[in-house]
Amino acid sequence: MKQEYRKKTSWGALLAVLVFLAVVLWLDQIIKPTNKMYMLLTVLQKGSVYALAAVSMNLLNGYTGLFSLGHAGFMLIGAYTYAIFTIPSSARDAVYQYFDAAVRFSFPEALSGVMGPAGTAVGVLIAVILAGLMAAFFAWLIGLPVLRLKSDYLAIATLGFAEIIRAIFQWQKLGPITNGSNLLKNFARTSKFKLELGDTKLVLSTFVPVLIATISIIIIVKLVNSTYGRAFKAIRDDEIAAEAMGINLAKHKMLSFTVSSFFAGVSGAMMAMVLSIAQASNFKSAMTYEILLMVVLGGIGSTSGSVIGSFLFVAASEWWLRGLDSGSFLGISAPGIFRNGFRLVVFSIIIMIVVLFFRKGIMGEREISDVLRSRKKKAGGTAK
Amino acid sequence: MAKTILPYIISGISVGGQYALIAIGYTMVYGILRLINFAHGDVFMVAGLMMVYMAASMPLYIAIPLMIVLTVLLGFLIERVAYRPLRTAPRMSVMISAIGVSYLIQNLALYITGGLNKNYPTIPWISDRVTVFGMETSRVTIITPFLTIILVVLLVQLINHTKIGMAMRAVSLNFETSQLMGIRINNVISATFIIGTFLAAVGSMLFFTNYPGVVPTSGAMPGLKAFVAAVFGGIGSIPGAVIGAFIIGIAESLIKGLDTILIVQGTISEQIGFATFSDAFTFILLIIVLVFKPTGLFGEKTTDKV
Repeated sequence: MKQEYRKKTSWGALLAVLVFLAVVLWLDQIIKPTNKMYMLLTVLQKGSVYALAAVSMNLLNGYTGLFSLGHAGFMLIGAYTYAIFTIPSSARDAVYQYFDAAVRFSFPEALSGVMGPAGTAVGVLIAVILAGLMAAFFAWLIGLPVLRLKSDYLAIATLGFAEIIRAIFQWQKLGPITNGSNLLKNFARTSKFKLELGDTKLVLSTFVPVLIATISIIIIVKLVNSTYGRAFKAIRDDEIAAEAMGINLAKHKMLSFTVSSFFAGVSGAMMAMVLSIAQASNFKSAMTYEILLMVVLGGIGSTSGSVIGSFLFVAASEWWLRGLDSGSFLGISAPGIFRNGFRLVVFSIIIMIVVLFFRKGIMGEREISDVLRSRKKKAGGTAK
Repeated sequence: MAKTILPYIISGISVGGQYALIAIGYTMVYGILRLINFAHGDVFMVAGLMMVYMAASMPLYIAIPLMIVLTVLLGFLIERVAYRPLRTAPRMSVMISAIGVSYLIQNLALYITGGLNKNYPTIPWISDRVTVFGMETSRVTIITPFLTIILVVLLVQLINHTKIGMAMRAVSLNFETSQLMGIRINNVISATFIIGTFLAAVGSMLFFTNYPGVVPTSGAMPGLKAFVAAVFGGIGSIPGAVIGAFIIGIAESLIKGLDTILIVQGTISEQIGFATFSDAFTFILLIIVLVFKPTGLFGEKTTDKV
């Protein structure tokens, strides 16, 4: 009985995801950049980047109980790996203005030569996966010493690690690879993603990031619901008890750390393709803090919470509260107070209220499916 | 050789003294609450900004004490509003609250300043140029280490020989037992925050005099470095934090000048760009310390810390 119910919900969830993707694809076609509603697409693009970043951070902070603040560093690795390997050779010299570019290889270009137009898509995909793998590799490297640390020491060590990474990527001696402290541009970016089938042209600018984020989040959900996920939660709740139950602490912590960093790297690659630039100085610890606040907003330990939290965060800061910056908001016009930056002030006050008074966030530790299920149960109960 | 290195060492000692003043705030709060007060660096930045705005509208002999009083008030309020309600909550929640406060303060500063660099006022006498050992520097560089040491000695006296100091030691040793002994924990914690922010306010005056201006993110990096200094010296230990801060200040300053030093010495012939790593070095040091000696140089040996 229970098994059957589970099956039903998973089919329902799959259907919901497919409908959502179809709607996004449709919106991508009908909303043109000049349209006022284009903000919706921007929110969907940036939101999916942050949603994946938040979900991957939640895997570590919420499910495994490892308080890590190194996310911006892993995203930086991902963004740079993606950018470096997708700059077409014709644009290389313009991007590496002051250096002699060392990497002269671009996956989309190389593969489109072999496989035709489909090669571009495969090339982008390979670059995204490579971005994740690079981030995971660095996570493994740093995880060896720092995962032995606990709570706030781990937090400050990973935060420091992100700063070290940022310094390395800005080092002028690595300029031929990373372009020093200058930005990387002209690589494969979402604004150029299109599918041409004969006469019909499909715009994929929003669809691609949303699709990558969706697939990645589904993989993370599968991991959380597997035996590994249960082991993570056991470690979070009580390390000593978990060890006594036969869970290999070092192995599971490392697994959680590298998987989380892999998806942080993927989200970094997505951020590069959405913003169409990659610059190390953008990946400051403030970015990690923002992602952490999204996780808190949605509820630590809830994947759907992180997704909701990050979309709300992006929508509020990019779209809904924009009026607070430009003079009038909800019909109130006060250019003296509503000037640049006010939106972020209001926004951070809201976040402080959530942190202080609604510590569980929007979802607590529940998922959307739990909420729906309990509602169904209630409805069933009253019918009896 | 000595002539090339000396200026870097002197400026390093000065920066170290400034970090020390911030680091004490971290180490005292951590010693009592087991909390990394992420907002401490931002309070330091606010102290700088307040000075900028107040110096423009009133004479310095009013502006400086008023700035210190207001900064202390801010530190006190942050503890009251953002940390006290979470006293029984898990440590992670308090840390998130601290990050939230830091985010709020930075955004508020961004709103008020419009993100522009605010020029720090020239404080007469301490910004004057003086010549020491044949090198020219501002007087603040020379004063900082001495002032730091005087303040630290006073603080250690306060902690070792007064009633409130004894209460602080008791609370940092064991939170609950000291509560049972009749110590008003909240007062002790408030006093800790007041002392910490007072030192940060003094430190900000010394720090920003040497820099062109204050921006909303000016506090983040010195704050993190001061925290690393506190960890390096053994968190909870005041002399440890001060020594850690001096070491980090000197090392950072030497790395900033490493290119020049090596070129003068003839080891390398062109710039390598070590200066990029002046911030990162602090964190490399942090990771090394955490891995090999988690209790720091002077930290007490307790098992529940790391």
